[in-house]
Amino acid sequence: MEEIYAKFVSQKISKTRWRPLPPGSLQTAETFATGSWDNEENYVSLWSIGDFGNLDSDGGFEGDHQLLCDIRHHGDVMDLQFFDQERIVTASSTGCVTVFLHHPNNQTLSVNQQWTTAHYHAGPGSPSYSSAPCTGVVCNNPEIVTVGEDGRINLFRADHKEAVRTIDNADSSTLHAVTFLRTPEILTVNSIGQLKIWDFRQQGNEPSQILSLTGDRVPLHCVDRHPNQQHVVATGGQDGMLSIWDVRQGTMPVSLLKAHEAEMWEVHFHPSNPDHLFTCSEDGSLWHWDASTDVPEKSSLFHQGGRSSTFLSHSISNQANVHQSVISSWLSTDPAKDRIEITSLLPSRSLSVNSLDVLGPCLVCGTDAEAIYVTRHLFS
Amino acid sequence: MEELDGEPAVTVIPGVNSKKNQMCFDWGPGEMLVCETSFSKKEKSEMVPSCPFIYIIRKDVDVYSQILRKLFNESHGIFLGLQRIDEELTGKSRKSQLVRVSKNYRSVIRACMEEMHQVAIAAKDPASGRQFSSQVSILSAMELIWNLCEILFIEVAPAGHLLLHLLDWVRLHVCEVDSLSADVLGSENPSNHGSFWNLPGNTQTLTELELKWQHWHEECERYLQDSTFATNPHLESLLKIMLGDEAALLEQKELLSNWYHFLVTRLLYSNPTVKPIDLHYYAQSSLDLFLGGESSPEPLDNILLAAFEFDIHQVIKECSIALSNWWFVAHLTDLLDHCKLLQSHNLYFGSNMREFLLLEYASGLFAHPSLWQLGVDYFDYCPKLGRVSLELHIERIPLNTEQKALKVLRICEQRQMTEQVRSICKILAMKAVRNNRLGSALSWSIRAKDAAFATLVSDRFLRDYCERGCFSDLDLIDNLGPAMMLSDRLTFLGKYREFHHMYGEKRFADAASLLLSLMTSRIAPRSFWMTLLTDALPLLEQKQVIFSAEQTYELMQCLEDLTSRRPVRGESDIQQLQDEDIETTKVEMLRLALARNLARAIIREGSLEGS
Repeated sequence: MEEIYAKFVSQKISKTRWRPLPPGSLQTAETFATGSWDNEENYVSLWSIGDFGNLDSDGGFEGDHQLLCDIRHHGDVMDLQFFDQERIVTASSTGCVTVFLHHPNNQTLSVNQQWTTAHYHAGPGSPSYSSAPCTGVVCNNPEIVTVGEDGRINLFRADHKEAVRTIDNADSSTLHAVTFLRTPEILTVNSIGQLKIWDFRQQGNEPSQILSLTGDRVPLHCVDRHPNQQHVVATGGQDGMLSIWDVRQGTMPVSLLKAHEAEMWEVHFHPSNPDHLFTCSEDGSLWHWDASTDVPEKSSLFHQGGRSSTFLSHSISNQANVHQSVISSWLSTDPAKDRIEITSLLPSRSLSVNSLDVLGPCLVCGTDAEAIYVTRHLFS
Repeated sequence: MEELDGEPAVTVIPGVNSKKNQMCFDWGPGEMLVCETSFSKKEKSEMVPSCPFIYIIRKDVDVYSQILRKLFNESHGIFLGLQRIDEELTGKSRKSQLVRVSKNYRSVIRACMEEMHQVAIAAKDPASGRQFSSQVSILSAMELIWNLCEILFIEVAPAGHLLLHLLDWVRLHVCEVDSLSADVLGSENPSNHGSFWNLPGNTQTLTELELKWQHWHEECERYLQDSTFATNPHLESLLKIMLGDEAALLEQKELLSNWYHFLVTRLLYSNPTVKPIDLHYYAQSSLDLFLGGESSPEPLDNILLAAFEFDIHQVIKECSIALSNWWFVAHLTDLLDHCKLLQSHNLYFGSNMREFLLLEYASGLFAHPSLWQLGVDYFDYCPKLGRVSLELHIERIPLNTEQKALKVLRICEQRQMTEQVRSICKILAMKAVRNNRLGSALSWSIRAKDAAFATLVSDRFLRDYCERGCFSDLDLIDNLGPAMMLSDRLTFLGKYREFHHMYGEKRFADAASLLLSLMTSRIAPRSFWMTLLTDALPLLEQKQVIFSAEQTYELMQCLEDLTSRRPVRGESDIQQLQDEDIETTKVEMLRLALARNLARAIIREGSLEGS
């Protein structure tokens, strides 16, 4: 692991996300957004890593990340997602869901839309109104789905003032994270170790499927879906355990991997190279899980011609291979057969790594030690 | 209590007329609350205080500075690295590690200084610009002091090397005069200078160097005596300077920005192989000569003097007074303690100086809404009072989201602070119950292994069932898993749901025996027995006989148990009478059903199979 840049930014970072690249673009990631937490004044900030510093020998850009713009955010930033190129959706500890708009011409952020009472314990009508933190948000243009500590699921649509659909009391415990499975279906994880699949086409407030951990009902904190295989889902739990699930089969996880020593805050499949998985945890480490089948001779053929083609052709060669290896790389229940290589990416143990994001060869993560780490050479 | 070294500063509270009314205050860990009272200084008191605000007074504003936060965070990492240095290491390798740590701290201070300087230049209004500039000079003074301490206490440079280090030290901090000092220092006899300072890797001993220098010094003196340069007054004064003549040096006072620059230059020319213990003679006289009785020494001067006198405690004491934040003294003292330089003389509450300063620093961090996480690690390395302080502080951190609570709990669990874990989980569980989030409440009680609270939650569920006839949150109860074992009531709840499932799947025999075992094993609460017996009714009324005779006897026993304990009612209102009516009807129906079942069971058991 080379060239990971750290910068101290005077705020504890709760979320970092790369700005998505326009489809079909050949650029590498350049801009990322961060949200802070636990400050008297929290901020959503936009940072850039391109166009500064000198060119290095490879033709890539050096230098650390610079702040482009920021805007005050009420409450902790509990979750943050890019809705599209210009808009960012955030979930707040005050129960508010906000859409920020980035104006590239004068480099400012402004509030585009807000749903202030998205999550609450006692409703706005009642005398003892109390808000509940919104814990997770996921976008699929034009829809936004949010979940919170009140066990509520909201479906919003951009530019609609009210929620399109609300499932009250969807869960009796806290919903920690949400992700889309297929478009009308979402999957939520909660603090009693259950995955629930909800189908918005159906009326009624019951999940269409419930999966849960065997043994202790350890709270699950994060979830991510495999980019190509929509039935494969990875979750991270409070005991640092990584679980891989196949939602088509059975109600229990397919594999359980002992990972971190404390809560796993985020898990991400690499979007273009899904044999690689990344997790970060309260114990201050960030791990890179490499389940790609080891074919050193084959990959050497593709090492010419620049970095981006290397892993692109690597994944093509995987698919051209026996179909089994692609399917079973994460679903394999025999850890001895398909070796998973695990690397720790951060140079030294720090306070909790709260968030990470990967896009192409770039990785960004934020910690409670008020530092942001960026690397542009994940696979070298 | 020692005497005050200076007058305490006065802070005016806006909006409060302190001449008219009295103020009250209360101390917090890092702050003070002040407000106006309705007691006036004159005899009669007014009913309403004129100032309606409560003020928070903070002494330590540095904690809230954006740029200084980076200092706190980066130095936290360095501090942890220092604590983890292998205690086994001794001698040279240990010293080089400690020097590296010291240099790391200093580079962090310099980075902060740089950034603050940039901000000061770019500041829009002059007031904040001045504030930033004064911060820059404070940071610069801190780095100056730390650097000197590094040279004298950590590096422990011997004679010869000592002056080299001091030269670097001055050069680093007097950079604007650097070019000029090069002229003053280097014009005559450059070759002599070059070979003289060829110390690194040089095999010359100190005595050889001294001899060489003596020789050179005598040569210069001879030139002066012979008035070789009498025609050129500049060159003559230059010669005098090179001989270390104080008067000549003082003539160039504008080039020497401060007394320590004067000191080092003087040492360079009069005694370059000065030994560390002789430094303080030169230091004191340099200070006196430089100030020349015109001005009095500033706090910084006193600190540096104390350092030259190798009085570490005085250095730390003066720094504590002069600086508004504990950061500097805490980290410096910790580093010096690792160099085994501080004798452990106890302060009046029993911990040593290093621990005292670290505790103060960490407590200051806990007063900040965000930096408390750094404070935790500092408490960890205070062996006597750290744990106790942490226990007190960590319970008082406001928890507004579950994620923050989880982080605090993780900190407590890693340090086996079970009491704190319990109390925090209980608070969160109560909050959840109040918000009707029974699943969350259960998950908190599982984490704290709090059986009593799990019982409370189960009772809530059962009460809801009795009132509404159905369970809320079936997703939770049906999926309890091993957590069911946490409390009896919870186990009962899980088993009861199992009974419902069996009944739904028409596994009547199993359902029946489960129901019976629930009652006879006494894990069912008494209040629920009636419900259980009522649940037995449909099983009793089935076409086939489900309960055996034995089981029916047991059921009847339970029923009698229940009814015999009921208190005799006296006068009661209509509602109670109606309830009683219902109760009596139920009991009647049960008795009838049980009797019928008993009859059928006896007959069936008494007959042969198949007939």
